[in-house]
Parts: sequence; C-alpha cells; structure tokens
Amino acid sequence: MSQLNRLAQGGRIDRSRQLSFTFNGKTYQGHAGDTLASALLANGVDIVNRSFKYSRPRGIFAAGAEEPNALVQLGATEAGQVPNVRATQQALYDGLTARSTNGWPNVQRDLMGLVGKLGGGFMPPGFYYKTFMAPASMWMTYEKYIRKGAGLGRSPMESDPDIYDHMHQHCDVLVVGAGPAGLAAALAAARSGARVIVADEQEEMGGTLLDSRELLDDKPADQWVAETVEALSGMDNVTLLPRTTANGYHDHNFVTLHERRTEHLADTAPLKDGLRQVRSRLHRVRAGRVVLATGAHERPLVYGNNDVPGNMLAGAVSTYVRRYGVVPGNKLVLSVSNDHAYRAALDWVEAGREVVAIADARANPDGELVEQARAKGIRIIAGSAVVEAKGDSRVSAARIAKVDLQGFRVVGGSETLSCDTIASSGGYSPVIHLASHTGSRPTWNEELLGFVPNTVKGVAAAGGARGVYATGAVLADGVEAGLDAAAEAGFSAASVSLPQVAERRDGAAVALYQVPHEKATLRAPKQFVDLQNDVTAAGIEVATREGFESIEHVKRYTAMGFGTDQGKLGNINGMAIAARVLGRSIPEVGTTVFRPNYTPVTFGSIVGRHCGELFEPERYTAMHQWHVEQGAAFEDVGQWKRPWYFPRKVNGKVETMHEAVARECLAVREKVGILDASTLGKIDIQGPDAREFLGRVYTNKWAKLAPGRVRYGLMCKDDGMVFDDGTTSCLGDNHFLMTTSTGGAATVLEWLEIWHQTEWPELDVYFNSVTDHWATMTITGPEARKLMEEVTTEVDLDKDSFKFMDWKEGKVAGVPARIFRISFTGELAYEINVQANYALHVWETLFAHGDKYGLTPYGTETMHVLRAEKGFIIAGQDTDGSVTPEDLGMHWAIGYDKPFSWIGKRALTRPDTSRENRKQMVGLKPKDPKVVLEEGAQIVLDPNHAIPMPMEGHVTSSYYSPTLESGFALAVVKGGHKKMGETVYLPMVDGQVHEAEIVSPIFLDPKGERQNV
Amino acid sequence: MSNVATFDTHTEAKIPVESPLTYSYRRSGAPAPTAKSRVVMREKAFLGHLVLRGGAVVLDGAVRAVLGISLPGEPQGLVLDDEGQRSIQWISPDEWLVIVPGGEEFELENRLRAALGDAHFAISNVSGGQTLVELEGEAAREVLMKSVVYDVHPSHFPVGKGVTTIFAKTTVVLRRPSEERWELVVRRSFADYTYRWLLDAGEEYAIGVER
Amino acid sequence: MFYIHCPYCGEHREEEEFHPKGEAHIARPADPENCSDDEWGDYLFFRDNPRGIHHELWVHAVGCRKFFNITRHTVTYEILETYKMGEQPTYTAEHPEGRPSAEADQASLREGVRA
Repeated sequence: MSQLNRLAQGGRIDRSRQLSFTFNGKTYQGHAGDTLASALLANGVDIVNRSFKYSRPRGIFAAGAEEPNALVQLGATEAGQVPNVRATQQALYDGLTARSTNGWPNVQRDLMGLVGKLGGGFMPPGFYYKTFMAPASMWMTYEKYIRKGAGLGRSPMESDPDIYDHMHQHCDVLVVGAGPAGLAAALAAARSGARVIVADEQEEMGGTLLDSRELLDDKPADQWVAETVEALSGMDNVTLLPRTTANGYHDHNFVTLHERRTEHLADTAPLKDGLRQVRSRLHRVRAGRVVLATGAHERPLVYGNNDVPGNMLAGAVSTYVRRYGVVPGNKLVLSVSNDHAYRAALDWVEAGREVVAIADARANPDGELVEQARAKGIRIIAGSAVVEAKGDSRVSAARIAKVDLQGFRVVGGSETLSCDTIASSGGYSPVIHLASHTGSRPTWNEELLGFVPNTVKGVAAAGGARGVYATGAVLADGVEAGLDAAAEAGFSAASVSLPQVAERRDGAAVALYQVPHEKATLRAPKQFVDLQNDVTAAGIEVATREGFESIEHVKRYTAMGFGTDQGKLGNINGMAIAARVLGRSIPEVGTTVFRPNYTPVTFGSIVGRHCGELFEPERYTAMHQWHVEQGAAFEDVGQWKRPWYFPRKVNGKVETMHEAVARECLAVREKVGILDASTLGKIDIQGPDAREFLGRVYTNKWAKLAPGRVRYGLMCKDDGMVFDDGTTSCLGDNHFLMTTSTGGAATVLEWLEIWHQTEWPELDVYFNSVTDHWATMTITGPEARKLMEEVTTEVDLDKDSFKFMDWKEGKVAGVPARIFRISFTGELAYEINVQANYALHVWETLFAHGDKYGLTPYGTETMHVLRAEKGFIIAGQDTDGSVTPEDLGMHWAIGYDKPFSWIGKRALTRPDTSRENRKQMVGLKPKDPKVVLEEGAQIVLDPNHAIPMPMEGHVTSSYYSPTLESGFALAVVKGGHKKMGETVYLPMVDGQVHEAEIVSPIFLDPKGERQNV
Repeated sequence: MSNVATFDTHTEAKIPVESPLTYSYRRSGAPAPTAKSRVVMREKAFLGHLVLRGGAVVLDGAVRAVLGISLPGEPQGLVLDDEGQRSIQWISPDEWLVIVPGGEEFELENRLRAALGDAHFAISNVSGGQTLVELEGEAAREVLMKSVVYDVHPSHFPVGKGVTTIFAKTTVVLRRPSEERWELVVRRSFADYTYRWLLDAGEEYAIGVER
Repeated sequence: MFYIHCPYCGEHREEEEFHPKGEAHIARPADPENCSDDEWGDYLFFRDNPRGIHHELWVHAVGCRKFFNITRHTVTYEILETYKMGEQPTYTAEHPEGRPSAEADQASLREGVRA
C-alpha cells in the first residue's frame, strides 16, 4: 500500500473500497470515507498549494471549513471545473481530479516564489501597488503575470452540464450544525413536536463526536451519534440535510442552506434510476427559531514560519488520526496554551508514532489530559512555545524557547528539536459567523478568550458556538436550546434524557496568540496570521503604524479575513496583535464582523433553474404560434414577446428590418394591416363612482362620456408628470374598460388601487385586470372596413352608425367580440377584442379573407413609425417622468375646470412646471431626408459653440418614413413650441453634425381625416 | 349593480379553440406519465372563471342562493360544491375567485347580478385569461417547494386552502381541493413559462403530462 | 428578506409578495388648489428617514393586493407591527415600547384613513 501515512486500522473510512484520484496530474489511492485532504495526507503529499502573495509552499493545515491553504481546482473535464474547493471539505470519489489553485507553472517549482524573494524578506501590505504601479502604463502587463502567478482559481470555459435548483423550506426550528449541541437540540425540538431542519456541512453528522476520545454512556461517542441520527431520521417532522452549509443568515430568520447532493459521488451528477439528479440545491429556509450549533474553530499560534507544510492545527491532527486513520507525519512537536489540545499528542502516540515534545505556554500544566500525556512518557516543556519552524518544503525542526507572556519576550536560550510536524493550539474561537450576518456584534469574553455571539430575536447559540466546550455541558446546552426554541415556537417541551459523560478536569488555559521571537516582529521570520491572504504579524504592525488603528481598517489594508476565508483562523490573532501594538485590549480594538457566505457557494446553486430558457418569464399572446410560424422577429416589451416585424422572403432574399418595416408601413397607409395588440393592459372598472374616479386619475374630462363611446386619456403623477396613457371605453354608465400601455399594465392597476385604498375609499368602484382574458387585434388601413364587413356579423359597420371613437358588440368570425373604432395609426381602424381561447381562429379567419385586400401583419416597429408620423406619444419613450401634458402640447387633454383637483393638476402651476423654457415636444425634420437622427441625440443651437455646448433638448423617437420618404423625429426642445421653423443641430460622436428643422410633431394628416372615413 | 355591460364571450360555435397550454404542448411536448412518474400534471382547460368583488356579507347570500355553496369568509378559504365541479376561493377581503364548468359562467354572472340587485359589487369574466393546472402524485409537494415561496407543508396547507403567491419569477393562485391534488390557477400569458418550469422542476420525478 | 404579517391575509408572507410604497401617513392635502407651492412641494417630495422606528406603506402585491402599514425599526429591521389602512400605529418614536392599549384602540377608532 502506497498510502504511507495510513494506519492499518481505525478511522471511519471503508478500507474495502479503494478509490483512485488524481492531484496535480499524479494518481493516488484513497478510501471511501476520505476527504481529498485526508487522502492526500495519507499519501504523504506535503505541498498542496502556493500562497496567494508570497507564493510560499503550503500544506494542509486544518480538517474542515477553516482550512486556509488547501484550495483546489476540481474537475476532470472543462465543463466540470469548480474553483476554490477546500480539499478538507471535498469527499473523495473514484476518478476525482484536482489541481492546486495557485502555483505557476506548478507547486513544486514555482516561478512566483522568486517575486516573493525579490521583494526582500518582507513584502509590506500594498506591496504590489507600491512596486508595480510605475510606470502606470505597465500595470496591465504586470497584472497579467501577477494574476497568473497568484491564481485565484478559474471558471470553466464550457457550460455546466449539471442541474441546480432552489427549494423553499419552512420550519419551526432550524438547527445549524449536527455536532453534540446540534443533535441534542434537534432531538429536543423534534420530540416537542416542532418541524425541524438540521443542516450540517460535513459528509457525516456528529461533529466533534466523530473523533472524540470521550465515552457517552460508556460507549464510544460515535455510537450515540449513530443512534441519535437514526432516531431523528425516523421522525416525520424532521428533515436532515447532511453536506449542507448554512452560508448566509438574513433578515427575520431567513437562512440559505447550500446542499451538495452529488458532489461526493462524481464530477458531474450521475443518473439515478435513469433520471437526472440535481447537483446542488439552495434551500431558502424561513425558520421560526434558529439554533446555531456551529461549534468552535481552534486558533493556531502565530510563530515564525508557521506556514511551512507540516504545521497544523492540533485538533486537525486528532481528526485525521481518529476519523480517517491517517497520521500526517512521523515526529510531532505540539505547541499549546490549553489542555484540550493534548488530545493530538495522545492520538499521535497511540497511532504508534513519536511525540518529540509538547511546548506548553503555561507554567504548571496539570489537567487530566496533561497527566495522561506524562504517563505515556511524553516530554512536556512548561512555560514555552514553538517560536520558529525550520524547513522549506516540509517542517524539519521546531525551535522552542521559554516565553514571558506578559512581557511578550523570549527568555533564555532555545532548543531546536528535529520533527516533521508542528501542531499548535492557542485556544478556541466560537464560530459566530452566522450570528454576525444578522448585524449583531459579538462580545469578547475574557474568561473564554473568545468572542461569543449576541443573538437577535428568534436565534440562540448552543454549545461551542457560545463557548461551552465540555461535552456533557454541550449536550445539556443543546437540549436546552432545542426545548426553548420549540417552546417559543408554541410547542410544549418534551423530556430528553442525556447520555452520561465523565467530567474531565481541565487546567486553565492562557492567552497566547502571537508567540514572541528574539527578533522584533518586523525582522523575525514571517509569522502568518491569515494564511489564505498571506497576512503576517509584521503586516499588521505596519498597518497600525501607518495609522490604520481600527480593526476594520487593518482588515482592509492588509486583506486579513477577506475572500473565501472570512477570517476563520486569523481574525482573533490579528486583533490580538493590533491590540498589543496599540497597547489596548482586544475589545477596544473592535469587534469582528463576518459576512455571507460562510464558505463559497457555486454560481450554479445561486442561479438554480433560473437560467437558459427559464431565466426570465416570456409572456405570449394567443397568436404567438402564428407569429413564430410566420418567422416574425420578436421584441421584448416588458416580459412580453411581441412581433417586431415580419420579414418576408423576396426573390430568395430575406428582407432587412428596414425593408420589412417600409413594406408594412405602406401596406397600412395604402391597404390594410393587422397588429397583435393583446399585450395592452386592460382593466375592467365597475361601480357607481367609476366615472368620478376616472375624472380624478386622468387629466381630461369623463363626466359626459356616453356608453358606446371611447376616449383617450392621459395620466399624471401628483407632480404633474405624464406616466401613462391609453383609451378608456364607457361600457355602461357604471362600467368602463381602461387600456394601458403594455409595460404600464401592472403599474397602472396598482396606481388605481393605491388611490382608491388610501385616499378615496369612500368611492364605490372595483378594478380587475382582464388583460389576459381578451386577445386584441388591430385592423387598420383604408381597406379595413371592407375586410371587416366580410367577417363581422351582428354589427353595422357603416361609417355613420359606427363612428370613430365608438365601440360595439358583435361577432367576428363567429366569435363574440367587442369592436372599438380607435386608431393609433391615424388610419381607419378597428380594434377587436375576443376571448383569448378563440383568438387564433379569429386571426386566421381574417387572413383567409384578407389576402385580396393586401392584409399585412405588422409588428411593433411599424406601429412606432405610424404613430410617430401622427405625433402620438409612447409613454416611457417620449416621456421620461419629467414631461407634463403641456410640455407635450396636449393642452386639449387637460380639464383645468374639472371640479375635483385631479392628480397632477396642482403641480402644473408650480413655478418649475409652468416656466416657459421647459423642454417641449416638437417634430424634427432633418434637412437631408436620408438622415435618420439618433434617438437620444442632443440638440444644440450653435454647432460651433465651444465645448461644452449648451444642450437645448434631445431626440425621443426617430424613424424613416416610407410615406414621407424622409427621416423624421420627435424631440423635446427648450421652449420648442415657439421655435417652429427654426434650425437646430445635432452633433454626433463621429464628428458629423446633422441639421434639422423644428416642425409640428404631426407629420401626416394634421386634421385627422383619414381615421374618420 | 345596474348600468353594467355584460357580455358572453363564450361560444358554442364549432370553431377551433386553444387553451393557454396549446402552444406549449406543440413547443415543449408533453411526456406521457410512466410507471416511474412520481408527479403528474394535467390542464383543466376552458373552465369558467369569474372574479367576484364586494363585501362578504353582501355576496354571501347571493352566492349561497345561486351556487348552493357558502362564501369562504376567512382568508385563504376554498369551498367546493359536492361534485367538486364548482369552487369559490377567498382572494382578498373583497375578492373571490369562482371557477365553474366552461360555459356556465355567463349564466352564473347574470344570476348573481340579479340576486345582488343594487348592492355595490363587481363581477369580471376572466375565463380566457387563465387556466387551471393540476398536480398530483407523491412528489407534487416537492415540485411545489421548488416553485413557490409559500409553505406547502400539510400542517400549514390543508385541504380547503388557497393562496396567491410567487411561482418562480411569476405568480400563481395555488389551492388544495383534495388530499391528492394541487391546483394552480395560471395567467394565460405566463402559462408557457409555468409549464416549462414544471417540466424542468419535475424532471427528477419523471413528471408526466396527462392530456 | 423580510417576513411580513399581512393584516388582511392574517398570516406572515415572504417579502417577495410585497412592494414597498414609501413613508406611511402622507396624506394628500384636502384642498390642493389652496396649498402654497411650499406646502405642495412638501407633500410631493419630502420624506423622513429616521434612524429607529419608521412607518411605511406596503402593498401585498402578489396576494390580496391590499395596502397596509408597517412599523419597522430601520436599524434592526425588526417589524414591530403591521396595521390596516385607517388604523394608527401602536409603536411610535414617542412610544417605542408601544402606546398604552386603551389609547391605541381609541386612536384606531378615532382617526381616519391616512390621518
């Protein structure tokens, strides 16, 4: 067996299942139950990465989410690439392929290491900016190589073959973490009857109990875990989510959980029963109560060269030995400030390897575990610490010295002990990241030497997450938190019996963060605080000397705790160093804030199934199929897909948009065209006060509109600015059908409701959306009546009995229809409303009869040209929230003498809305008829004026008119209504200056005769 | 209420009729249910849909007299007649959704109007504007959990409940007429999006479409 | 993502179902024509932005389509209450712990919509 560090027995791996995997191009063997990290350690792989800034070789440092070094690029195929996966969190599977995230050309022989060396012994914070900024023009060149060298992982260049999704979850109690506290809390809450979700980020639930030396009810701790998990999984009210990280905690107990469903099985999700599985899932949980049982992270000590491969966390050593059957070295030196870390030495010795010494910073270590270590003959050097590691690509020795903690100095000489592994422990930091996401600041607890969370309403921390560490106490704390949560959620507490745990006598820990060195920090070998971001103790000293005294500033200057690391190992040590340098206490330096996400979440999970064809809803009309078959080009209008134009094949060539639109325009002006206008918003308004209400929300008068008649209306906000328009038909004295712009449908309905509900509830009126009920088609052009006569029954279409702005009921193609004589083209027009289920039949019948009249389907572009020729506005295109009805020259649509002060009226007499030089709507006729002005182009009066030129207005709509055989535009120009006939200029980016004449915005049929025929 | 124009938009004429999902069947297909299918979808097309507005007290008597079922006065209430063919659902303190077999809606509207007389109320026919999609099967709830933000756990969403809520990036009226079935009232223009979403979300449960 | 109790639906619903509509209790002047430009400008454009208790108008847009008010703490984002149009808040800047209930009840009876 080539797994030289694999123990012959022990651990929770399945030795009967051997798995093959590739790391940096080399193939290794591991076992089912391994993580990538444990398998790499088993195979004696020391260097797994190069560091971010100094490009120093790095090895596996931890065993869980706090791992700062072992970030890998995962994926055997291009499409399956996943960057920044922590090897400690990636389950091993057969065929797993991973590479180091950093290191170019490779981790063993790294060119960037030179940069680190060239920069001298110390690259201060801001090194890259200070060194490579000059000359500025070269930064792009430098950056390319620095980036390549630094490496931040890379995204795949092919699209992801896997599927991802979201799931909305609701529960009474969400328990985050399934260690002793979490399992106890879940059991207590579940037995009380609450709906419980338990999320745990690891491959297996159980947390620290999976590598504990302790006995629960005289049985190995993992047996209690197995029994408890089994009990929970048998309960209907419990959802267990392993491999699921609570990555973000948001307002009102909204927690996002990232569940990795197949990442432990293969590169891409394998089929299950022949069906595709979801690779990972984001649970969006709304929880009544949340129990944070997230445990604690061990703090490493900060000493010289503490980043050389072979330096590890003490607890990680225990985890690898006990959980994975891997001893990550032969000769261990342990440097500690507390009793609990002694487990590493005991586990190491029991695995049959040598513990060279334990450097204990305390003067008289005497706890139970200390005694056990002594009994095993392990040398304990009291009052000392590892001050410096030796070795380049792997630890070769540890230099130990006596330290004066109060004086922060080394006392006396030092001793160098040969070893290949240095494990350290400076105590434990409760994992308060999620509690921090809520915005609550943690409090420093001097006794615990750590920050404990202050939780907001509905959240409680339990166990290690709030500094309760002894197993028996943790279990009890969990039960209490679970019962409290259930009780707060309205359930009566069940009784939960806890296993007996022998109480362990631990000696008191001491506060030790950065270990003193004989040399001053700036000259000592690098002492790393944040291994992922390459932040050193010296860097923090420099930052504080340069005036960055608040820890938030230190963070930003040094990058400590940035990125995917989120300060899991380094933040407290960094704060302690800043505090020491500034001569303050840790809480005086500040509290630390963590942000989502706790660990990275893939884009796939964030996106879920909101991608590709499901990225955004597409709304279709009842005639959509027909448009698709006719080869229509579509335009997005809000979420609607509307035919933009219908290109035809002429002489084997497909028309351009320009050609198609010209043809469609002429068809309407000369024969007859048809538009699918179903997308217009339609609001059914009923009630005795409907008419009064319309008078208040529209600028014009509604008091006398008779049943059977239709009127155009303009809507303003109370600031006097136009925001929508449309026609409203009087169906009955108490009954109106309002139409809105396509994009304005929902907004207008909400607008009517807000006024009704909050200002005028005394008006008896109801509004209902009937947009989707009716399909609407506009038949327009000189031949429209002839076509209508062929397909319409039960209606007299005679021009004198069915006049412009009338509406009538009848049948079109045998289908009950409401027909409205309204026109947005300026031509004779009929707008037909039929129930949408019959619409395609009606549409096709019209075409069956329409050929001889030249019936031509037209799209939104032609509609725009035709309406602009008539000077009809489109709200949102020709208006932008700063245009009044007067600015539009629509004085005729303003009922100043209406009795009620309608919405917008008062504002029209404010000084700003009534001044003379407001931008007013005009037409523009380019002097060169071939020119089509650019929409948005700025208008000036003197093109030779020095820059900046005074801008007099801008183009809002501009097209080529095949009828006028010229370009033409609508525009707003300061004081434009009094500038008719004047010449203006439009300077373009390419240096051209267009010349145009200000004209009336009505370019065609100014008297409106064509629509009345 | 008087002075309102009623209009029967329904016709029995023998002409092609297209439900909101007709286009979707052509475009995306409709996988037939198999033995593996843990969820089945079916459209109940061409039903009569009426929006009923007014005060609960005013409407209740008329609804009982005309439909023979009482108006659900409590929020989220859904009441069905004995055959399960006609239903009325609370939408808002002054709004109910009535769904009846297709073709009944106009007569129902007229009878309700007659019963309500001069009271202040409104009835809007929206039969062409929405359709009803049914989900059935053991995985139906999971498909819904992927789609709607509302809690569909049986303890929170018992039979006889209905809500308007978010469905993916659109909206839906979701209701539970029986233990086995969920109903989604979907707006016509969003029906294709909803259909494609359900096919996609149901893929891992081998969703089938009954037609 | 807020979890908002809709006073009309009688239950908590996800924020996605709602639209915020700005500060609550902004009444349109009863006689706009007799407002000074300053008064009208105040009504149109000026809003409070307090640190602490704030009253906001929301609409249950994907739901019952009813407008209602929320008393929300702008620092903690805690929603202290939601109340129907025409009702008055119990929690105010003057009474952050809630007004005495009798007073609150009377207020909601006494005062009209948007008052």
